[in-house]
Amino acid sequence: MKLTSLLATAALGLGLATAAVAADKTKVGFVYVGPVGDGGWTYEHDQGRKAVVAEFGDKVETVYVENVAEGPDSERVMTQMALDGADLIFTTSFGYMDPTINVAKKFPNVKFEHATGYKRADNVSTYSARFYEGRAVQGTIAGHMTKSNVVGYIGSFPIPEVIRGINSAFVHARKVNPDVQFKIVWAFTWFDPAKEADAAKVLIEQGADVILQHTDSTAPQAAAQAAGNVITFGQASDMSEYAPHPRVSSIIDDWAPYYIARTKAVMDGTWESKDTWDGIGAGMVGIGEISDAVPAEVKAEALAIKDALADGSYHAFTGPIKKQDGSDWLGEGETADDGTLAGMNFYVEGIEGDIPQ
Amino acid sequence: MDLSAINPVLLIASLMVAATPILLAAIGELVVEKAGVLNLGVEGMMIVGAISGFAITVESGSPWLGFLASAIGGALLSLLFVVLTQVALANQVASGLALTLFGLGLSSLMGQSYVGIKPPQMGKLDIPVLTDLPVIGPILFGHDPILYLGIALTAAVWALLKYTRVGLVLRAVGENHDAAHALGYKVVRIRIMAIMFGGACAGLGGAYISLIRVPQWTEGMTAGVGWIALALVVFASWKPWRALLGAYLFGGVTVVQLNLQAAGVAIPVEYLAMSPYLITIFVLVLLSRDKSGAPASLGRIFHATH
Amino acid sequence: MIVLEKRPQPSQTWSMATPVVAVLATMFFGGVLFAALGKNPVEAIMTIFWEPLFGEFSFYYRPQLLIKGAPLVLIAIGLSLGFRAGIWNIGAEGQYIMGAIVGAGVGLAFYPLEAWYIFPLMVIGGAFGGWIWAMIPAILKVRFGTNEILVSLMLVYVAEQMLASVSLGLLKNPEGYGFPGSRNLQSWDSAHNAELFAGSGMHWGVVTALIAVIFAYVLLNRHMLGFHIRLTGEAPRAAKFAGVNPARLILFCLGASGVLAGLAGMFEVAGPAGQITIDFNVGYGFTAIIVAFLGRLHPVGIVLAGGVMALTYIGGDIAQSNLGLPSAAIQVFQGMLLFFLLALDLLTNYRIRLASKEVA
Repeated sequence: MKLTSLLATAALGLGLATAAVAADKTKVGFVYVGPVGDGGWTYEHDQGRKAVVAEFGDKVETVYVENVAEGPDSERVMTQMALDGADLIFTTSFGYMDPTINVAKKFPNVKFEHATGYKRADNVSTYSARFYEGRAVQGTIAGHMTKSNVVGYIGSFPIPEVIRGINSAFVHARKVNPDVQFKIVWAFTWFDPAKEADAAKVLIEQGADVILQHTDSTAPQAAAQAAGNVITFGQASDMSEYAPHPRVSSIIDDWAPYYIARTKAVMDGTWESKDTWDGIGAGMVGIGEISDAVPAEVKAEALAIKDALADGSYHAFTGPIKKQDGSDWLGEGETADDGTLAGMNFYVEGIEGDIPQ
Repeated sequence: MDLSAINPVLLIASLMVAATPILLAAIGELVVEKAGVLNLGVEGMMIVGAISGFAITVESGSPWLGFLASAIGGALLSLLFVVLTQVALANQVASGLALTLFGLGLSSLMGQSYVGIKPPQMGKLDIPVLTDLPVIGPILFGHDPILYLGIALTAAVWALLKYTRVGLVLRAVGENHDAAHALGYKVVRIRIMAIMFGGACAGLGGAYISLIRVPQWTEGMTAGVGWIALALVVFASWKPWRALLGAYLFGGVTVVQLNLQAAGVAIPVEYLAMSPYLITIFVLVLLSRDKSGAPASLGRIFHATH
Repeated sequence: MIVLEKRPQPSQTWSMATPVVAVLATMFFGGVLFAALGKNPVEAIMTIFWEPLFGEFSFYYRPQLLIKGAPLVLIAIGLSLGFRAGIWNIGAEGQYIMGAIVGAGVGLAFYPLEAWYIFPLMVIGGAFGGWIWAMIPAILKVRFGTNEILVSLMLVYVAEQMLASVSLGLLKNPEGYGFPGSRNLQSWDSAHNAELFAGSGMHWGVVTALIAVIFAYVLLNRHMLGFHIRLTGEAPRAAKFAGVNPARLILFCLGASGVLAGLAGMFEVAGPAGQITIDFNVGYGFTAIIVAFLGRLHPVGIVLAGGVMALTYIGGDIAQSNLGLPSAAIQVFQGMLLFFLLALDLLTNYRIRLASKEVA
């Protein structure tokens, strides 16, 4: 007997078995790439899981496995959750994309939700957050607040997600301050707080008085505090322990509303495969409180942009915008399409340096 | 590209900070290896030190108590290694690796309620006049006390090994444990002391990351520094001052590559990111003519047969 | 007072019994740990050790043991040769990465051609990638006397940067919408290291690991080179008199471990993992060092040790999911298991005696 059919039989058997009890309990699995104690990406996903428990109480059972390597390990963990009767499984790292699709094929009755990917199936949805909207708010504040006109940016790896954030922040910083320059440092690691601290220090030493980070530790916040006259923004979580200065605002990953909605959909039997890319409006991207270190009129302007992004009256990438090489990208009033944004691999005009290839 | 944006004074000052955790751990391991023991568990002892120091600092409000706790934490973990290698005579390479695995897990368990907390800060040295001197001020007189402790420890270990009887005995044990035993030295007791000293130093190095360099607690935050420290001992051919030099070289290349990136130098970033490791290999090849090498009994199991 | 007395011969009985005693001790102390974390200790231990082997879904987990264990065994076998001779390659992780990059790169150069020779070429590429990466410390050691521990370790970090670089550039999937990572080799028949029998977990990497075990066994026990390896490790001076050429030995041991690590990486990327990504490597190269020592550097021991490690990984993940144990607790548990396995080996080589004080 082939494994696929064997698994399908097992799943079917379980499906029948659990169907009897399913009326009172929905089982939701979460696969995490890091430890829940990373204080960043995985931590926020786990907060989302806890919100699901808080929302549905006894009607839901959640399970999770942390530190799951991408590749065969993730495939095994997903299969195991499906075998053990999970109805819905969230896989929370880009690298889980192909494993999710593979496992989903074997378990047609289990629903899968893959974060930040682009492959879908009848029982696989994808979801992601428009963090670049938050970057637009940050860029606006950064452009106003910088006195040296040098903004430092710490990136992890040059992937579309990070490049999109840099472009969005830069476009909005330039809009309010035509002289602003970005200095970009790539850490080439997902996680190394000491290296982030070094990167922040280097940027500050080279004249940056605003630090934006696309890495999850508070190391840059501490470096900015030590330097004194530098401002920063929280990343992934609020990092309010560094408010009101140096941390003047933040981008918060808030997966709770989405996780609750999708769990509800499975309970109601209304779940269907779709692609969700939510931003400030749907609450997936939270903007942490703008502190009093920011002058009132700048705060008001930033909040106005936030509101316009939230109600959809403004798109963070609205033309005219040229690419770095000077070629046209968006015409007057034109907005970027999601396809280009999703795979963004170019800088906009005005940013110096090359994207590492 | 704008190399003038790089301030050499600040660069040197920050490479000293970047080098300190590696230096602390390496000096400890150097003593361990001089005694003829190879403990590959540095990473594990560092991370346990990092959380012990962090937790105590947060609870007591005193970074000094925290650093003390980190040294104790590292030393306690190294006791496990003592039991394995000195009592049960187990293989040192495997025991050290197991210690790292255990330490990483243990630190995560200990640190569960310390995520997202900002620890109290340790002040920096601030001597009127001296700290404000141009160039020399920020490099020599503007750091936190633990950085100076690292340098002092290097000097102390150097003097200990070179000029004292304790150092002589330690080296004798590392070079030929059977002969040392025959001369009446307590081989196992000396090694236990050395291993615990190594654990304490590694703990301090870990706490330097969690309390000063970052400062924050997150799981696995030492991110491989312990391995670099191990490599550094070999690099230094078991000489304390060379360990200091190596730590500054390694920390320096790391900081310089970030500086070059920020200055927009047109070298592909991935090659810059590799450069600390490649340059270390290169320097090692240059230094490898120096054959005054490893303690002869390094990694060998000692059992008194009579 | 308790004294240790070296046995003239390692005890056969104890060498069989210590692993069992060690596992039992780990179960006990691990149980205490799990109980302290508020979990049912018996259930937790059962989940880790019993569930993957004999539980309800063991039909799925047993093949997974092969998938998880094969790269560990393959790498550990190679390392054990060098370790026996006192040649310390601790950079197998880097050789594993380079094997995967070269292997996948050779394959992807032919995309989308379907031809029988692509997979064999990838195997050669994988072996070459691992070999060349191990040759760097080998040649530096032979030529300049540079310490191989440091060079091989540093090269792991260099290989990791290379991996990130090719994932973002050279090998990036042109149809991947700009996301990092190569094409998935699983969906390309000529390059896919598929299971030889569906659902068995048996892929070419497992087969190669078994061949390597047999090869190593024969080499060490029946071949002159194997004798030289053992002699160099146990009595370096005697080896010199016996005419062992140290340079040749270094090149062979590092080369062999590089080839096997490279093959492990290549079979992984073409099979279970499927693609080159920034986070392709998951630490097999380092875990294999533990496996090699747990297996007492003996080919058969390594197979058993690889199996036990794989079991605790798989069982540990199940325990996380089913019982809500944090992964840190599983790590501590694995650490304990290693401690007991290492510590109790004492009983194989030594006898514990109660002696009166005067004697000591």
